[in-house]
Amino acid sequence: MLKYIAQRLVLSVPVFLGVATIVFLVVRVIPGDPAVSALGDYASKEAVEALRQRMGLNEPLVLQYVHFLMNLVRGDLGTSMITGSSIGDEILRVLPYTLELTVLAIIIGSVLGIPIGVYTAIRRNQLADYLGRILSLTGLSVPAFYLGILLMLLLAIQLNWVPAVGGGGMDDLGENLRHLVLPALTLGLVMTASVARLARSAMLNVLRQDYVRTARAKGLKERVVHLRHALQSALIPIISVTGIWAVSLIGDSVTVELVFARPGLGKMMVGAILQRDYTALQSIMVVYTCFVVVINLAIDLIYGWVDPRIRH
Amino acid sequence: MVKEAISIKPKSEGRKLWRTFLRNRASVLGLALAVLVTVVSVGAPLFTAYDPLAQDTHSRLLPPDPTHILGRDTFGRDLYARLLYAGRISLLVGVCAVLLGGLIGCSLGLMAGYTGGKVENGIMRLVDTLMAFPSLLLGMLVLAVLGPGLVKMVVAIGIMLSPGFARVMHGAALSLKKREFVEGARSVGAGPVRILGLHILPNVMGELVVLGSLWTASAIRIEASLSFIGLGVSPPTPTWGNMIRDGTPHLLNAPYLSVFPGIAILVTVLGFNLLGDGLRDVLDPHLRE
Repeated sequence: MLKYIAQRLVLSVPVFLGVATIVFLVVRVIPGDPAVSALGDYASKEAVEALRQRMGLNEPLVLQYVHFLMNLVRGDLGTSMITGSSIGDEILRVLPYTLELTVLAIIIGSVLGIPIGVYTAIRRNQLADYLGRILSLTGLSVPAFYLGILLMLLLAIQLNWVPAVGGGGMDDLGENLRHLVLPALTLGLVMTASVARLARSAMLNVLRQDYVRTARAKGLKERVVHLRHALQSALIPIISVTGIWAVSLIGDSVTVELVFARPGLGKMMVGAILQRDYTALQSIMVVYTCFVVVINLAIDLIYGWVDPRIRH
Repeated sequence: MVKEAISIKPKSEGRKLWRTFLRNRASVLGLALAVLVTVVSVGAPLFTAYDPLAQDTHSRLLPPDPTHILGRDTFGRDLYARLLYAGRISLLVGVCAVLLGGLIGCSLGLMAGYTGGKVENGIMRLVDTLMAFPSLLLGMLVLAVLGPGLVKMVVAIGIMLSPGFARVMHGAALSLKKREFVEGARSVGAGPVRILGLHILPNVMGELVVLGSLWTASAIRIEASLSFIGLGVSPPTPTWGNMIRDGTPHLLNAPYLSVFPGIAILVTVLGFNLLGDGLRDVLDPHLRE
C-alpha cells in the first residue's frame, strides 16, 4: 500500500506542474504591462521601471519561469503587486475558511449523493426513483450561487435559524460552525444532485450484469445481491464520479463564498482579478491546483483501498 | 387491396427518431422550455413594451404590480423587460460557446486521434491537464486575461468546453479509423480531410448533438456564474447573472430582484438538460439508462 501511495504521489507531480505552467503562461500573456496596471496610468516612468525590476519582469521568460518554480518549491508565494504584503500570509489567513467549507461540502455531497443514487437505482421506475431523478436534474440545473441565495432567504432570513453572511471568525468554534452551515449545505446539495444521478446510472449498469442475475437465481436475498454483488463493482465508477464532482465543487465555492460574504480563497481571487493583482492571482491558482491534486490523490487512495487489484 | 399497400410510404429514419423522441414526456418538456425561452427572448420587444435600460429613479425598487408584473430594480428599470432581454445574452453565449468549443475541441481531438504519435500525445496531455481543473476557475482565469465583454465571454466558455469535445472526438477517431469503411476510403485514395469530414464526423454526429445540448445548459449556467462574479458582459446590459448580483444587497426588502432571474436560469438550463437527455435516448440507444 505504501508503494502504491508513493506511486500516486509521483504521478500527481506532472498534473501540478502542467497547471502551474499554464497559469504562469496565461498570466504572462495578459495584454499590457502588469507594472503599469498595478501602478495606474499616471505613474511615472521611473516608478514603473522600478516595479518591473523588483518583480523580475525584465528578466527573460525562461528565467522568470525558473524563479517562479523555485519559489513554489520553497513555499514562497511572492508579494502582492498592489498592497506589497506577503501573499502567502494572506492565503494562510483565509485558507481555513475555504478548507472547512469544501471539506464539509464534499462530505455532504458524498454521504447524501451515493446512497440516494444507489437506492433510486434499486427502486428503478418507482416513486422514489422519479422523485430522485426530478430533484437531481433540478439540482444539476441550478447554479450554486442561486441555490445559496434561496437557502439564505429561507433558512436565514425567513426562519432565522442560522446567520446569513460572514465567516464567523476562527476563534469561536460555535460561531464558526453556525456560519458554515448554509454555504456548506449549498455546495453539498449541488454536488449531491450530480453524484446521485451518476451513481444511479453506474448502479443500473451493474444490476443488468449476468452475475447479478445468477446471484438472484441461486436464491440470495435481494439485500445481499444489491450490497454484496452489485454495489461492490459499482463502487469504482461511483468513486470516480464523486471525485470529478468534488473537483468541480472547488469552482463553485468561489461564487458561494461571494454570496455568503465569507472570507476565503474565492473572494481573494475575485479581488485579485478586479484589482489586476497578477502575482496574487497566480499564487491563488497554484493553491487551488493543490486542492485538485489532493482530491485526485485521495480518490486514487480510496480506489486502492476498495479494489486491491488496483493496488498491485 | 394492392393499391392500398402501395400507398403506404416506408417511414423515414428521421420520422422514426422523431416519434421515439415524442414518446418521452420529459424530453418534450425540455424542447418546449428551450423553444419558449428562445422565442420570448429573441422576440423580446413583442412581449414587453418597456425598455430594459430606461431608468426611472422615482420608482426605485417598486414591487410587482399589474403594469410592471415583476417589479422594478434599483434604477427603476422594468424587471420583466430586463429578464427577457437578458435571455438573449445567455442564449447567444450558450450557443456560440458550444459552437466555438466544439470547433476547437473536435479539430484537436480528430487531429490527435487520426495522426497519433507525438501530436496525439501532446494534445491529449494538454486536454487531460485542462480537464483536471475546475472549469469555472479556468473561465475566471481566461476572463482575467481577456477582460470583460460578450465576445470574450464566448471565447472563455468555448475554451472551457473544448477539452470535453476533444476527448470525445479523440475516442471516436481512434475507434473508427481502423474500421473497414475508413480503410476502404483510404485505399481508393481519399485524403485525411475527406476521411475525417465524410466518414468519421457523420458517425459521431449523434453523440455531438447530445453533448451540444447538455453543454449548452452548462455554458448558460457558467455564464450566469461568471456574470454573478462580475466578470461578465458589462452593465447596463442585463444578464441573468448580473441581475441576481445587483439584487443581492436588497435580499431583505426586495428578494424578487434576485429570485426571478434565477428562475429564468433554472428553467432554461433545465430545458436544455432535459432536451439533451431526450436526444441521447433517441440518437444513442446504447447509452440509454
